[in-house]
Amino acid sequence: MRTRIGYIASNTFREAVRDRVLYNLIAFVLLLSGAAILVGQISIEIEKLVVINLGLTAVSLFGVVIAIFIGIGLVSKEIEKRTLYTVLSRPVRRWEFIVGKFFGLAGTLVVNTFFMAIGVFAALFYVSHKFVSADALILIALYFIVLEFLIICSLALLFSSFSSPLLSAVFAFSLFVIGSFAEDLRNFAGMATGVSHWLVTGAAYLVPNFSAFNVITSIAHEQPVAGQLILQNTLYALFYATMALSGAVLIFERRDLK
Amino acid sequence: MPAIEILGLEKTYSVGFWRKRPKRALHPLRFTVEDGEIFGFLGPNGAGKTTTLKLLMGLVFPTGGSARLLGRDWTDPSVKAQIGFLPEQPYFYDYLTAHELLEYYGQLSGVPAKERKHRVEKVLDQVGLRDVQGVQLRKFSKGMLQRVGIGQAILHDPKLVFFDEPMSGLDPMGRREVRDLMEQLKREGKTVFFSTHILSDAEALCDRVAIIHKGELRGVGAVEDLTSSVQGKVEVIWQGTQVPASIKALGAECHVTGDRVRALINEAQQDAMIDALRRERQRLIAITPVRTSLEAYFVEKLRRAETTAGGTI
Repeated sequence: MRTRIGYIASNTFREAVRDRVLYNLIAFVLLLSGAAILVGQISIEIEKLVVINLGLTAVSLFGVVIAIFIGIGLVSKEIEKRTLYTVLSRPVRRWEFIVGKFFGLAGTLVVNTFFMAIGVFAALFYVSHKFVSADALILIALYFIVLEFLIICSLALLFSSFSSPLLSAVFAFSLFVIGSFAEDLRNFAGMATGVSHWLVTGAAYLVPNFSAFNVITSIAHEQPVAGQLILQNTLYALFYATMALSGAVLIFERRDLK
Repeated sequence: MPAIEILGLEKTYSVGFWRKRPKRALHPLRFTVEDGEIFGFLGPNGAGKTTTLKLLMGLVFPTGGSARLLGRDWTDPSVKAQIGFLPEQPYFYDYLTAHELLEYYGQLSGVPAKERKHRVEKVLDQVGLRDVQGVQLRKFSKGMLQRVGIGQAILHDPKLVFFDEPMSGLDPMGRREVRDLMEQLKREGKTVFFSTHILSDAEALCDRVAIIHKGELRGVGAVEDLTSSVQGKVEVIWQGTQVPASIKALGAECHVTGDRVRALINEAQQDAMIDALRRERQRLIAITPVRTSLEAYFVEKLRRAETTAGGTI
């Protein structure tokens, strides 16, 4: 029997589909087709490298934009439009609503990424006319991108649970940018001294470390990914998303829906 | 067992950005609603009706007090499966059709799949939306959305239904249908609690009402009790175009409209009036004691509350 979380997740997915969120796939296909045709004409030897780099970066950026712009409205829009009233007046617990919304958005992004991945492989086939076993590494990069989306979804939901959509977008996007340079921030923390060392170290470990998820360049160069990194990133993403979701639940459980 | 027991629920909001200051939205509220009643919750705009309903639905948290719904603590999630709620000016997921929305709410309310299909069809018929069940709600008028709202509130066959301003946005026909629906719910043994500022609706429907103003309860009682405070006057209507002198002599306040005369007299003069009409060979049509309307009662109580600054009835 499906749970209320499942019903809320399905409805969130349906909303994204009906609000034409998946139309971004058209822009993605156009971008990738144009790039594949272009690099096929102007570059020799490195066309595959360019298509993988461009394709996976586009998958990541399109997904991040969707995750942030849908995620920030998931709770605040429901409060503003009062659609939440008829949901929470039923035997639905507030945490079920938050978790359902999370899975709905995550599902939307997984489906979106799946279709984009088909686009990436199609473009790859177009430029190299064959697949090699190293191309399977692209799946690992896609998996890391999905893990990244889980963290961003949970952060967008966290901000949406107490802030306006505009501020939530600013917070989530800022964290995405800072998190993409988390390794640099950690290196900087190592160089700092005194109070600033502790402050920067705290900030460096508090922001999500998205740089650990970016293996696009090494995969484009057909360098293998260590199994330990896969396990580490999986656990990190699950832990971070769980913490952010727990924060969202804690805030939302106490919030008055005025 | 009362369907609703409100045990001192109160709400104070913090307002202001930097310097938070308390703003009391609801003073401690105490009253009960009996099982099977249609109960009207009356008050002008901003009186605290919606705040009370939001507290009972768990949408806002009380500063103090508690409540019991259907004999259980109002925060118990299992109670909500037995409750229907129509918010004021409802807004729904406009990308769904009426059928899909009801189906979704049926799922959330825990209605089993087999029964759900039947319930959705029945409710669509009840609220007159069967013909447009496949249309997305973004194309619905305000009145149609109100019907969807009423439908979702009764979909899971709740024992207790809360309607916040259910007649809002409805045309006279729609209002009539909602009144009929509430009466039908009562006949089915359900308890209906509805807030309104349209007193004629409350007068026509309610067994009992509560009046709230500026977050304070001003009175609770049966509509008949509140309106039966006879003003000591009787309205007499008879057929005629003139007022005979013997009737004028009784000090009656008379108005002639068409071929009818309407006279307002003191109750003590009722027999003398009837004798005078017999003597004058006038055809008596009706004698009715004058009762205070709910509206007059309501206005009087609010006026008194304003002048006595907080006194309850």
